[in-house]
Amino acid sequence: MLLETRDLTVTIGGKTILKDLSIRFAEGKRTAIIGPNGAGKSTLLRALAALNPHYQGEILLDGEDIRKMGRKKLSQRLAILPQSVQAPPDTTVERLVDYGRFPYRSWFRGSNAREDREAVEWALSVTHLEDFRHRQVVSLSGGERQRAWIAMALAQQPEVLLLDEPTTYLDIAHQLEVMQIVRQLYEKYGMTVIMVLHDINHALQYADEIAIVKDHGIFSQGSPKEIITVDTLAKVFGVKADIFINSEGAAILSPISIVQKG
Amino acid sequence: MSQQEAAKQYQGTNRRRALLLGVFAVLSCIGFLLSIVKGSVEIPLEEICQAVMGGNGGIHEQILMNIRLPRTIVAALVGINLSLSGAILQAIMKNPLADPHIIGISSGAGLAGIFVMLLLPEQGWLVTPVAFVGAMAAALCIYVLAWKNGIRPIRIILAGVAVSAFLGAGISALMIFYSDRVHSALMWMVGGLSARSWPHVAIIYPYTIAGFLLALLGARHLNILQLGDEMAKGLGLRVELTRLLMTAVAALLAASAVSVAGLLGFVGLIVPHAARLMIGSDYRFLLPASALLGMAVVIFSDTFARTAFAPTELPVGIIMAVLGAPFFLFLLRREL
Repeated sequence: MLLETRDLTVTIGGKTILKDLSIRFAEGKRTAIIGPNGAGKSTLLRALAALNPHYQGEILLDGEDIRKMGRKKLSQRLAILPQSVQAPPDTTVERLVDYGRFPYRSWFRGSNAREDREAVEWALSVTHLEDFRHRQVVSLSGGERQRAWIAMALAQQPEVLLLDEPTTYLDIAHQLEVMQIVRQLYEKYGMTVIMVLHDINHALQYADEIAIVKDHGIFSQGSPKEIITVDTLAKVFGVKADIFINSEGAAILSPISIVQKG
Repeated sequence: MSQQEAAKQYQGTNRRRALLLGVFAVLSCIGFLLSIVKGSVEIPLEEICQAVMGGNGGIHEQILMNIRLPRTIVAALVGINLSLSGAILQAIMKNPLADPHIIGISSGAGLAGIFVMLLLPEQGWLVTPVAFVGAMAAALCIYVLAWKNGIRPIRIILAGVAVSAFLGAGISALMIFYSDRVHSALMWMVGGLSARSWPHVAIIYPYTIAGFLLALLGARHLNILQLGDEMAKGLGLRVELTRLLMTAVAALLAASAVSVAGLLGFVGLIVPHAARLMIGSDYRFLLPASALLGMAVVIFSDTFARTAFAPTELPVGIIMAVLGAPFFLFLLRREL
């Protein structure tokens, strides 16, 4: 499933957030979108999921303009987990995940079809939540709750999954857990995953590709090793940093000081 | 909580929901019977059965068929409409204080109804249709004022406060200019069901039936709406359209109720909260529960209002407020 934008311009409240942004996301891979605060990472992600209908340019899913697709049709192929989500306090995990079947339902099609139950079961098993299905979402720990919301997005059986800072507020173990689920999604199920990450180390560790958003557009895009260099960090974030290689062969950066952006 | 406990609790949940719906239904039936039996004249149950079977035209039957029965039915329908309207609006606005007042129904109906009562006192029959038009006009006005690249609940609430204040000024002005005729207007402001009969039933019941069915059809959409606008859009819900249609359903339900019964407060606010506390926030269950509970509450309150201080009859709105306000505070202490 190929997702791309052509000359995407998004203006919110008279302020240009993204301008003439063109990007193609690698099919069946994990792309991390990084960039300074306010660069428009979340705006890009929201635009990709057609959450903001006010944009110029084109967003294409397999060559098809997402504006011309039905809202539910799009939601069957592309799922997004926004940063701020909420559910009534008595919602159980199973119910929440079942809401992910909404795009497949209509007034003519009942809510208990076999495909729906299978999709929910699959989503619960991928996120290791089978034993939590009857628990209330609010009673879960942060990591479990995040998995429950991811499970809901998975119940949509999307080909493209968009995640907005999925590891924020989680401790290291839960971050790893969430990222391992994401890895499984693309390794086992060939899902295209696009996630906004604010921690560059997460991007280095968990993404196959990194796209840097800066000054309303794409600064650069490529494999983590090509993209994250001492030079880039100074240019984009204005930070002097060392880059190490860890025991797994992944790059790790360690910020040293603020430098003048140049 | 262990997994087994959670599972057990869950299995209990559906049974409990069904049971609660049953209890609310039984409660409504008891209220209904009580309401047609009790009053300035007590009608024995046997005579009610006889009258239903095709009676003898006696005085009790007259009272039953022309006064008690229609009034009780109006009470039931008003209760259903206001509760459903409140339950829908709470999902749309994602605000615990959302009720039919917030979308201008009360102030619109209030000003229009009082205008007719005070300026055209001979045209009493006009009150209901004009109040209905006023209610819908106010709701539409608030919706238009709150529109700016789509609707945000907070803008509806604020626009609602402003419009209600504006219309409230009109109500006060009218009541001061025509202070000699203000009695009927006062009754209307509080909300009451005295002398409501078959014509009122005829006005309100189509809205009750249509509103209830449309609300149930929208239950799944209301569930999704509670996950937040972004998530709801991501799941393929057309958020703006859903909000517009369901607001329209809520407005029609409330406007028809208010135009018949006056500005009955608290039902649309309290009943959905109480139902939610007991049955949970799944709208497929919450909507029927609100309807049944609303019906029971208004019938019981009206029966109490008619009989407790006989021969003086209190407007049911006073009873609702007296019962409703403390209960609301109780919920507040418990929930927030």
